[in-house]
Amino acid sequence: MSKAEAAAAVFAALADPTRMALVIRLGDGGARSIATLSVDARMTRQAVTKHLRVLERVRLVRSERQGRETRFALRPEGLAPARDWIETVGAQWEAALGRLKDLLESEKDLEGS
Amino acid sequence: MTDRIEKSVEIAAPVERVWRALTDHEEFGQWFRVKLDQPFAPGAESTGHITYPGYEHVRWTAWIERMEAPRLFSYRWHPYAIDPAVDYSGEATTLVEFRLEPTEGGTRLTVTETGFDALPDARRPDALRMNDSGWAEQMRNIAAHVEG
Repeated sequence: MSKAEAAAAVFAALADPTRMALVIRLGDGGARSIATLSVDARMTRQAVTKHLRVLERVRLVRSERQGRETRFALRPEGLAPARDWIETVGAQWEAALGRLKDLLESEKDLEGS
Repeated sequence: MTDRIEKSVEIAAPVERVWRALTDHEEFGQWFRVKLDQPFAPGAESTGHITYPGYEHVRWTAWIERMEAPRLFSYRWHPYAIDPAVDYSGEATTLVEFRLEPTEGGTRLTVTETGFDALPDARRPDALRMNDSGWAEQMRNIAAHVEG
């Protein structure tokens, strides 16, 4: 998977209000059961499980079994592909604006000479 | 963590000159390194291909939104579209906006690119709208909290 694809996958997983809310809910670092998270989200366990699995597939959350329960926790390092991509695109914009500046300011020098 | 890019540059040239360099498709192509097939027009699709070394295989497709001379030029495009084998037409686009302001020495040009998470503001949870920077701030807090 390319950097762009990895970033797109993370952003796509976050592009849903319920999943974003789950990520924030797990943002304190704690691991929570599906039962707890579904009460908080006012959704069925099935619906919450589906959203958690989407987040798990892009490695934004991890799950662990504790007895009869599955508990989910945030993997903050899972945000790295998205962050890296934003930085790459930002650097490309800086380079492009630099070329534009050079172009316009060099023609000014020509006029002046 | 942020879902927004904002870059600014001070250019020693009048606003009208910078506007032309942005909105004349041939001039745009020169510094952006893209060969465009047609002039820009609001509401129209813009096609071409990237001329940046190593990225010549990449097609350029954008949808021009606003051309408000000489202050605002904006378009939408696919931010991840670098694999020629993938059809990106169904995927979300980001919004690129160029804003021009006259300054004493010339022009301040600011480019913003937003919408990487494809989540319209109205659909974001309330928790994400607690401050100006939306979920970007939240994500930073989360990362700091968990990493710290």
